[in-house]
Amino acid sequence: MNIFLQSSVWSPFLPPQNATEAAAVDNLYGFIFWLSVVLFLLVVGPIFYFVFKYRVRAGQEAKPTPRITHHLGLELTWSVIPSILCLVIAVWGFWDFMNLGNAPADSEEIYVTGKKWVWQFEHKNGFKELNELHIPAGKTIKLILTSEDVIHSFFIPDFRVKHDLPPGRYTSVWFTPTDSGEAKDKVTGIIADHQIFCTEYCGDGHSGMLAKLFVMEPKAYLKYLDEGDPKMVVTAEVGAALYKTKACITCHSVDGSKMTGPSWKGLWQGKQPLEGGSVATVDEEYIRESIVNPAAKIAQGYANQMPSYQGLLNKKEIAAITEYIKSLK
Amino acid sequence: MQDNNHGSAEHTGEDLSFYKDGGTGIMSWVYTLDHKRIGIMYLISVLTMFFVGGVMALLVRLELFTPGKTIMTAHQYNQVFTLHGAIMVFMFIIPAVPAALGNFVLPLLLGTKDVAFPRLNIFSFYIYVTGAIIAIASIVYGGVDTGWTFYTPYSVGSEGKVIWMVFGVFVLGFSSILTGLNFIATTHKLRAPGITWSRMPLFVWGIYATSLIQVLATPVLAITLLMLIIERAWGIGIFDPKLGGDAVLFQHFFWFYSHPAVYIMILPGMAIISEIIPTFSKKAIFGYKAIGFSSVAIAIIGFLVWGHHMFVSGQSQFASMVFSFLTFLVAIPSGIKVFNWTATMYKGAITLETPMLYALSFLFLFTIGGLTGIFLGALSVDVHLTDTYFVVAHFHYVMMGGTVIAFLGGLHYWWPKMTGRMYPESMGRVSCALVFVGFNVTFLTQFILGSKGMPRRYYDYLPQFQTLHQVSTVGSWILATGFVIMAGYLLASLKYGALAPANPWGGLTLEWQTSSPPPLHNFEKQPNTKIGPYDYGVPIPPRKPGTLEGAVHGTSS
Repeated sequence: MNIFLQSSVWSPFLPPQNATEAAAVDNLYGFIFWLSVVLFLLVVGPIFYFVFKYRVRAGQEAKPTPRITHHLGLELTWSVIPSILCLVIAVWGFWDFMNLGNAPADSEEIYVTGKKWVWQFEHKNGFKELNELHIPAGKTIKLILTSEDVIHSFFIPDFRVKHDLPPGRYTSVWFTPTDSGEAKDKVTGIIADHQIFCTEYCGDGHSGMLAKLFVMEPKAYLKYLDEGDPKMVVTAEVGAALYKTKACITCHSVDGSKMTGPSWKGLWQGKQPLEGGSVATVDEEYIRESIVNPAAKIAQGYANQMPSYQGLLNKKEIAAITEYIKSLK
Repeated sequence: MQDNNHGSAEHTGEDLSFYKDGGTGIMSWVYTLDHKRIGIMYLISVLTMFFVGGVMALLVRLELFTPGKTIMTAHQYNQVFTLHGAIMVFMFIIPAVPAALGNFVLPLLLGTKDVAFPRLNIFSFYIYVTGAIIAIASIVYGGVDTGWTFYTPYSVGSEGKVIWMVFGVFVLGFSSILTGLNFIATTHKLRAPGITWSRMPLFVWGIYATSLIQVLATPVLAITLLMLIIERAWGIGIFDPKLGGDAVLFQHFFWFYSHPAVYIMILPGMAIISEIIPTFSKKAIFGYKAIGFSSVAIAIIGFLVWGHHMFVSGQSQFASMVFSFLTFLVAIPSGIKVFNWTATMYKGAITLETPMLYALSFLFLFTIGGLTGIFLGALSVDVHLTDTYFVVAHFHYVMMGGTVIAFLGGLHYWWPKMTGRMYPESMGRVSCALVFVGFNVTFLTQFILGSKGMPRRYYDYLPQFQTLHQVSTVGSWILATGFVIMAGYLLASLKYGALAPANPWGGLTLEWQTSSPPPLHNFEKQPNTKIGPYDYGVPIPPRKPGTLEGAVHGTSS
């Protein structure tokens, strides 16, 4: 792996820069980076030089050293110059921070809810999606963030935006993706995709609380809001992909090991003991109900912890997940 | 009774060592009031904790060798990194330099018999042990998975034994407060005649500044943790919005202690460096006043920067601006110290024994730690970097590359004084080199990981981060090798090491005027304070190894 992949000489190690506002952040990052390199050499250079020049060589007597206790000019120099540099950086960072804190009034607003351990996105027309966020190219997007349980943090490295989601209040991030042009895939209309992370520790599924952002051709976006993914077919393979993208994976294993929820391995057509003593047969209806109304039947030995997926998975998606569970013998 | 031996060339102190005088039975240690014995007991305790925390760190790095499961589940991983953080911060770094090394050398440096309140001193040690046992008990009874920061509301709802851990930390805080109080009183009241405020060794200045923070900030942590316990135990809503509380309020409280605590950790490290560099450069410290006052400045401004942990938490932009400016302000005194240490070496007579190698490592690593702090202090850049591996790397460069490296330097510097034995110099250099290389391999890569967007506290990660994670893990093995060698030769030196002379490094501070190890009451007669702690640069006759003559009495007529 090339660690410099796609990062510039001016601002090394950063991920690709894919939002208009990210340029300001990268410029200051680069300035501090190269200033640090210079300052580091200015500190470490003399140390190495002094050690080399003034070391007591083997077999040599140590000579008495001159008693130099202070030097006002020197001390003022190395107090004042760093202070000025720090002031410049502080003002520069604050200036950009203020600009990046206030979204333009005409931004397209999307509501984001974080909960253990999924991201839920709700578009203006009420269309909801889980762990996938589709947005139109060329628009400034404002995401209004809130959490249903503990603090999460919403981070898109490619856009240099991040904000915590404290439960009980709203926060926001905004950005204007630079991805434009024709989609490679004419059917989906997706131009580019970017990784979304949770960056505030939130428990066992923290590192699985991931989502993808898709920048789409505006026309394809509008179509997507109405119809969902046009390429979707009902197969166990699609169900296996949904298992990961819709965060089933954070609580259900497919290899029999016990996690927050029951494993899916060998689940199909089995007898599932329930809390309260009854037993259910795992069929299409049981799976559908467990997804849209998980509190209705609680598997024995597990807590009532799963959020409802009502409205978050369409019929085709539930069917695909059912096919996947069928395949896990 | 040993008066006739005093000052003779053969005298090593073995015969009137504090290890023998005052009894050798187990009870003579349990009931001891001697600051040196208490220091040794603290040293053994914190090194044990360092070992436990270090094993946790190796497990964390091993788990991250591959994405997904390598050796443990996500839940176990979360418990292990929590314990690594909590043990290292509360049970190792905070007491390591002040309570272990400070207890031993502070009274010696001041030319006094003991600390101001010896009974309080042993009491604080037992509080430390009690707190540590309570905190460690949380592992036995189910573990804690909140991270060492205990952020609410996660910590309110988490199923782990949060109350045990938090109560343990609460108890540990009192040990810290009492130690601080003791050192403040000792510094004010028990300086030997001739040691004025401007002639105190800089180690004392550093520990003094640290003690001020310990006494003033730790109670806030105690209150915060108590509120967390109350919320968990009785459901009284302070921090959990579901109960009517405010989740971010906890962060304000927590960092109001824990940021000054960063300076509780780094100031003693700086204090050690201020001793080692003049001694091994045989040169007067450059800018004594600047170094001393900058310690106090850091201690004071350090109280006003806690909000820089919370730039993306939802605090007001104005508050963030103020905290950002103050953060840059607190950076200046640290920079000044580095420049002063560097200038001290100019025209020195530098020798590169193990303690000096650690001091040079400190300068190198702490400078990287400080400079990467600039990225995080700048508001717009912090938004991208906060809560990524960049932060993890930054604070390890300051805490481990800074404080722990300085602690190791101090340990090697005062080891002959504390144990009466010399360790093998060549082994010391080899292990220092391994620690230095291993540390950089482990953590330099993490800056790159963080810049690229790798979030912290992740059990699993995307495949593009794997190479850097593996390099980092290999670094942790190099680091561990260095520590294993160090543990080996230090322990072996207790039995096989050459007897240490009173002043093996040719230092001028008062601890070198007494035997190694010192007698029960530290000094057989009033130590000579006519020579200041850094009065190098007057003609000094060549030092005869193993004697009190030479460097110390260079100007006696």
